[in-house]
Amino acid sequence: MANIISDETIEYVGILAKLELSEEEKEQAKKDMGEMLDYIDQLNALDTSSVEPMSHVFSVHNVFREDVVTNEDDRENILKNAPEEQEGSFVVPKTVE
Amino acid sequence: MSKQYETVIGLEVHVELATKTKIFCGCSTEFGGAPNTHTCPVCTGMPGSLPVLNKQVVEYAIAVGLATNCKITQNGKFDRKNYFYPDNPQNYQISQLYLPICRDGHVDIETEEGGKKAIGIHEIHMEEDAGKLVHDEWSGCSLVDFNRSGVPLIEIVSEPDMRSAEEVIAYLEKLRLLIQYLGASDCKLNEGSMRADVNLSVREVGAKKFGTRTEMKNLNSFKAIARAIESEKERQIDLLESGEEVIQETRRWDDVKEYSYAMRSKEDAQDYRYFPDPDLVPIIISDEMIAEIKAKQPEFRDEKMERYEKEYGIPAYDISVITSSKHMADLFEQTVAICNSPKKVSNWLMVETMRLLKEHDMEPEQINFSPENLAKLISLTEANTINSTVAKEVFEQVFAHDIDPEKYVEEHGLKTVNDEGALRSTIEAIVAANPKSVEDYKAGKKKAIGFLVGQTMKEMKGKADPAMVNKILIELLEA
Repeated sequence: MANIISDETIEYVGILAKLELSEEEKEQAKKDMGEMLDYIDQLNALDTSSVEPMSHVFSVHNVFREDVVTNEDDRENILKNAPEEQEGSFVVPKTVE
Repeated sequence: MSKQYETVIGLEVHVELATKTKIFCGCSTEFGGAPNTHTCPVCTGMPGSLPVLNKQVVEYAIAVGLATNCKITQNGKFDRKNYFYPDNPQNYQISQLYLPICRDGHVDIETEEGGKKAIGIHEIHMEEDAGKLVHDEWSGCSLVDFNRSGVPLIEIVSEPDMRSAEEVIAYLEKLRLLIQYLGASDCKLNEGSMRADVNLSVREVGAKKFGTRTEMKNLNSFKAIARAIESEKERQIDLLESGEEVIQETRRWDDVKEYSYAMRSKEDAQDYRYFPDPDLVPIIISDEMIAEIKAKQPEFRDEKMERYEKEYGIPAYDISVITSSKHMADLFEQTVAICNSPKKVSNWLMVETMRLLKEHDMEPEQINFSPENLAKLISLTEANTINSTVAKEVFEQVFAHDIDPEKYVEEHGLKTVNDEGALRSTIEAIVAANPKSVEDYKAGKKKAIGFLVGQTMKEMKGKADPAMVNKILIELLEA
């Protein structure tokens, strides 16, 4: 494996992804990430200078909607997805910037 | 202070677009609905839901880009900006990092010295708004309303080309008017449909390098923006003068306390790990589509001002007031088309209309009367059917309820009494009833006539022609 992921990197990625990893999981993640980066290196070895960058795997573009209201009030159903509900709102732990 | 400092300012302006529906789903964007009544699986970030782009958002964004001299990106896409916050249900915001829809534009502002200065526009990109958090003090919880989630925004990022609060406000005014004339947004700072974040740094005059900048948020009025700029400029200069460093951070302005504080930074939030959104396909904008949008652009304020001067010959000040709102300018043109008295129409708009707007805390966009009724009122005054005092009363009714002035004057018996005989006998009675004032007048206190005019107008319920009242009174008093 050419790419070695440091403890600091896996710690940082864990924070960004809001994941708490056990020591065991950290080691596994380091190994997986290293292998992924090795694969990227393999792709980078190809000469793509004459290839147009691709921004999507499907050859479709311009899928638009007209600006017309199609959705009615469906709060009752939407709130079924909430962990907790109060006054028609989703309840989350208090979050203040 | 020994050193001379220069302030360098760039702006990030978010504008809420005036579409009927959200950017990626068919939910209404209407303001003020009960919490979560305008939501669906897409705008609440449910797994498996598929966003589909609202075409009107693209058209508005292009229209704003053309109005600000931008290049339109003809091969664009959307990216995901990743961060965790409860108002953002997907844990990413759909935005544009790599290929924003517009780039490299500028608008010209008028400077204090009366010259012109170009403010560069780095880019304009399309993105979605977040939901709204309400903090419940009792339960220690936060409540989330996703009605705003997915409302379309454009973010207009300027170059760091501004050097003072005056230039910042001139730039914002310019953007606001361009966008209002396009009908792309109502651009209300106090209601959040236009939001400006100020990036500011200071450097010694003559320095080539920019200083470290801070970003200021929560600016809800032009006045707050001006105050925040002054305060932040002073704060940074004080730091530098005392040998300290400016820290790059986001600060929140408190306009009541008139100071700012560093916001608790979201944990490592600056690392947004953008990547192309695989749910949304590329946007290819053809030359034809750009030409079509260009052809539909309205006459903007600068062109309108020039034309008004030539076509209507009203003073420059009148023109600047009237064209400061597209709605008012439309109303002006429509009314003049009926009654052909540009200066009179302009006076009603500038004086009485502006006074009533201020009194009712309304915006010019909320003017609700028709050009027909204003034109009728002007015709009534031109024909001397009503005097100016009555006209103002009638106008208040036009302003409030868009009444028909002809009918109103008829029904309320407000026509000026032009019957000199009837007026003369009323005045004779008033002169007879007020010997003291007559005596004063005759003794040289010419002002005493004012009281008698007032009494006459009162008796006539304001319907007399004041010039005629004056003339008859003088005749009687000097006889």
